Amino acid sequence: MLQTWLPYILAGIAVGGQYALIAIGYTMVYGILRLINFAHGDVFMWSGLIMVYLITVLPLWASVILVIIFAIILGTTIEKVAYRPLRSAPRMSIMISAIGVSYLLQNFALYITGGLTKTYPAINFLQKTVKIGSATTKMVTLITPILTIVLVVLLVMLIKYTKIGMAMRAVSRDFETSSLMGIDINRVITVTFVIGCALAAIGSVLYFSNYTGINPMSGAMPGLKAFVAAVFGGIGSVPGAVVGAFVIGVCENLIKGAGWTTFSDAFTFVLLIVILMVKPTGLFGEKNIDKV
Amino acid sequence: MKKILVLALSLVLAMLALAGCGGGSGSGGGGDTVKIGVFEPASGDNGAGGKQEILGMEYANEMTPTVTIGDKEYNVELVKVDNESDNSKAVTAAQNLVSQNVSVVLGSYGSGVSIAAADVFADAGMPAIGVSCTNPQVTADCEQYFRICFLDPFQGTVLANYAWESGCKKAYCLSKLGDDYSVGLVNYFVEAFKELGGEVVEEQFPDKNSDFTSYVANAKNKGCDVFFAPVSTEAAALIIDQAEAQALGMPILAGDTWDSNVITDAAKGKNVDITVTTFYQEGGNPEFDEGIKEWMENNSTAMTNNGGNTDLAAVTALGYDAYFVALEALKAAGSTDPADVLAALPSLKVSGLVCGDVSFNETGDANKTEAFVKHCNTESGAWEFVKTQSAE
Amino acid sequence: MVNTMNKKTKSVLSVAVILLFLILVYLGDTVIPAGSNWKMLITVIEKGSIYALVAASMNLLNGFTGLFSLGQAGFMLIGAYTYAIFTIPAASHDAVYQYFEGGVIKWSLVEMLEGSLGVFGHYLGMLIPMLGAGLIVAVIAFLIGIPVLRLKSDYLAIATLGFAEILRAFFQWNTLGPVTNGSNVLRKYTTYGNAIFPVLIAGICIAIIVLLINSTYGRAFRAIRDDEIAAEAMGINLFKHKEISFVISSFFAGISGALLAMFQTTINATPFNTVMTYEILLIVVIGGIGSITGSVIGAFLFTAASEWWLRGLDAGRWLGISATFMRPGFRKVVFAVLIMLIVLFYSRGIMGDKEFSWESFLGWCKNLPANLKAWPEKRKAKAAAKREAKEAKAAAKARAKEAAESNAARMASGEALFTPLEVSDTVMVFDKEGK
Repeated sequence: MLQTWLPYILAGIAVGGQYALIAIGYTMVYGILRLINFAHGDVFMWSGLIMVYLITVLPLWASVILVIIFAIILGTTIEKVAYRPLRSAPRMSIMISAIGVSYLLQNFALYITGGLTKTYPAINFLQKTVKIGSATTKMVTLITPILTIVLVVLLVMLIKYTKIGMAMRAVSRDFETSSLMGIDINRVITVTFVIGCALAAIGSVLYFSNYTGINPMSGAMPGLKAFVAAVFGGIGSVPGAVVGAFVIGVCENLIKGAGWTTFSDAFTFVLLIVILMVKPTGLFGEKNIDKV
Repeated sequence: MKKILVLALSLVLAMLALAGCGGGSGSGGGGDTVKIGVFEPASGDNGAGGKQEILGMEYANEMTPTVTIGDKEYNVELVKVDNESDNSKAVTAAQNLVSQNVSVVLGSYGSGVSIAAADVFADAGMPAIGVSCTNPQVTADCEQYFRICFLDPFQGTVLANYAWESGCKKAYCLSKLGDDYSVGLVNYFVEAFKELGGEVVEEQFPDKNSDFTSYVANAKNKGCDVFFAPVSTEAAALIIDQAEAQALGMPILAGDTWDSNVITDAAKGKNVDITVTTFYQEGGNPEFDEGIKEWMENNSTAMTNNGGNTDLAAVTALGYDAYFVALEALKAAGSTDPADVLAALPSLKVSGLVCGDVSFNETGDANKTEAFVKHCNTESGAWEFVKTQSAE
Repeated sequence: MVNTMNKKTKSVLSVAVILLFLILVYLGDTVIPAGSNWKMLITVIEKGSIYALVAASMNLLNGFTGLFSLGQAGFMLIGAYTYAIFTIPAASHDAVYQYFEGGVIKWSLVEMLEGSLGVFGHYLGMLIPMLGAGLIVAVIAFLIGIPVLRLKSDYLAIATLGFAEILRAFFQWNTLGPVTNGSNVLRKYTTYGNAIFPVLIAGICIAIIVLLINSTYGRAFRAIRDDEIAAEAMGINLFKHKEISFVISSFFAGISGALLAMFQTTINATPFNTVMTYEILLIVVIGGIGSITGSVIGAFLFTAASEWWLRGLDAGRWLGISATFMRPGFRKVVFAVLIMLIVLFYSRGIMGDKEFSWESFLGWCKNLPANLKAWPEKRKAKAAAKREAKEAKAAAKARAKEAAESNAARMASGEALFTPLEVSDTVMVFDKEGK
């Protein structure tokens, strides 16, 4: 029994880890700005795309570092240009702005790539084939969950024990009061975007090493699924997002294994709707009370 | 104030754009130019294939830029529109071609967009020559649509025969949701394969999917001995990658779309066994091969559109042929009027093409009885000719 | 505001303009030859009017009721399929449902009614499935609305988006193939003959939406948008009104889906994805959230720009400029940048939340020359004001910094333990949400 299902579970855990790295960006930004950053999936896609171009001139380690830096710059620039000016505008405007940015990033990628799918550079170490029990898979499948958990533990410690982490928690609890208390809101938001985008960039290296084609729409579906993962785990909660991502990754692959391939994507949204009906705050979310 | 500004700006934009459109058609509408519409995807799922198909037409256009219609020599201008591999954009894209007064339309790569555009061409009485759209529905109810390639029922049977003859008993068939090409081809394959006594497992993957791990695992678990996946080249590269990672251990079989350097690049150095059926056998016409390779080497845009090297795709050869079929049709019509071209097409016979002679049957499909079977040499990253296979 | 008109003149004017437009569209479609550049105008009017209807329906929800829903593409999908399934001629069933033995529904409503009622029956046969499309969508929306509408703004957005994706997968499901043709296209169904058909239908539907907005229901919707809690306190049943708005909006989305099916002549579930919803949303934003006139203008501008005017950008020759960087895809980049500029700098869109009226239109025309003349002056004044604001901001920042430093110094010396800190200048003021 396990023999048959092992490949699916392995694949699910790997893709779950990659979703988790994207989902953290969603959950943190939502926790602080109450904004679904629709462009986050496209930042992820762009990180992959930049890697394709960088690797042709630079060694691997330098490319990876530059990709992370690029993602950070892209993310913070988006925040500065497209979200900050609208911060006091109604919530709908800022969400529309996010959708607009996403549209722009996708179309710009379409222009740059000429609509062709780019092949992600081979990172031999990650793409090496390994055998686990009855299943054969890529090295990246094993590395992803480990790396994800390490990064998440580091992030949770950062949030718990550092000053900026405390500021983030304060801002996510009460935006206005914390600004009155002298917390530099803009700095906190920038740091949030930096962390989210850096993790998305790392996620892109892992994800695209596993699924080696990048096209302008590559970020859209992982982005949506990562967001659902964030909602599932309780938006604003980092460990919740990670758990949610693993659940989605594994379930999605099991569903494909069971022969329901048509509904593998739809399942994610069914899960979303069920969780929103049953427990809108997610697994680890806090209850939010509306005040007049 | 802002409102006025925006309105004024959009008005100016509108007028300029109109002037631009008018200017465009003015310069092209001169007495000595005949326009051939190119209805191909340059983006979306089939962007890569569409671009390769256009390359063949561009090369042909460069080789033979003029045509004598009646007693007058005309310059041939290719008018390209991007149908974005999207059925909903195909209609306006096709309308755009029709409204630019072209004489005949070539395209498209991908059957769905051709089916979607067929009615526009039919309404306008515009003859269209399908290049590599193999779904029978393209020409079935549309008198204006012709095509120069073989059809899916034929190709599906050929593939099923080939699989059966190589000793495969159970086939895993993968197609893409909402993609007429892969769904259609899988359907005909399944029909033919079952008739031969084989067993099949059918699965479909959704749009934008890039995770093929589970599909490969399914094929292994269900005990299939051939993996049939006639999908777009985008998905193909990912499937090959996963097949290697999970040690698929069975031959992969596909249709004409896979005859592309995207596949050979992806398969190079990997432990995979890929066989395809196709329209054109590389090396079948050395003169054409060398000519187009040299042209691509001297043309960086063409090289990029071909995926960065000069390996030929079958659709490029077909695109080249399509151009000459269009020229012959124009010559036979003796005028640039679409209606005359349409009247000339059914009885047209063109020889000297790189993918074999073309003549049309009563539904407007080319009479083709053979397909080439090619196998991918993963060491050199090139296609090797196996045999020609017929449907019988 | 400038010259008041009596109601009668206005109605006469409106009717005259609408009639003139309809006649022009009708003549345009019949007279303009297929090869002409102007034929594209007709195509744009057809597609534009369909998008205008769906944009108006989305605006009813997003702009007037304040419900941020992203399910429009899914509802259009149902509408399109419903219409197509019931109007495929009996003779074409075997060809269309070629993999499903001709499907289960072997008749066409159009043919049945045409047989007994002639030309009238033909149109009735088109209108009934179209209305049916709207009604089925409305019923489905009603069911979806029961759980979903209790969610808050962005959760609602993502949940409706999720439903649209589920619907898409459902319609492509092979098991439903005998009805939906699985993932293959539906085609050969009855379509309209003249561009006047979609324009007329879309126009009537938009008129109904406008009437609804001006009714008591419309006022209740706006009250909900402006302040849910206050609206509830005033005795408006929140859920009931949200549900009404959602169902009606979906009804019209379904009708526009049916029209889109006719326009495209083939239907496939794949293109009804999130990108389509985003495009509709962007139309609403360009036109102005909360203005139906805006949505209509936005839809025509959007369609014309993306399908027609900017196409030259892809081909490398536009407005007589040729450049190598204009290659396929450039059109979409330019388009996306334009949209981003509108979102960021003209977030009110073309019309803001105003509607078209003859007074303001005439006033605008009358004042146009004067406004144009005054424009450079005004711009200068604006730039000056901007500079001033910038300087003031810098000064305030400097002052705040000074204060912070002095605070820090006093803190360090322990003085602050007993004296209150100076209030710094950079306290942010937050507007209440939804204003």
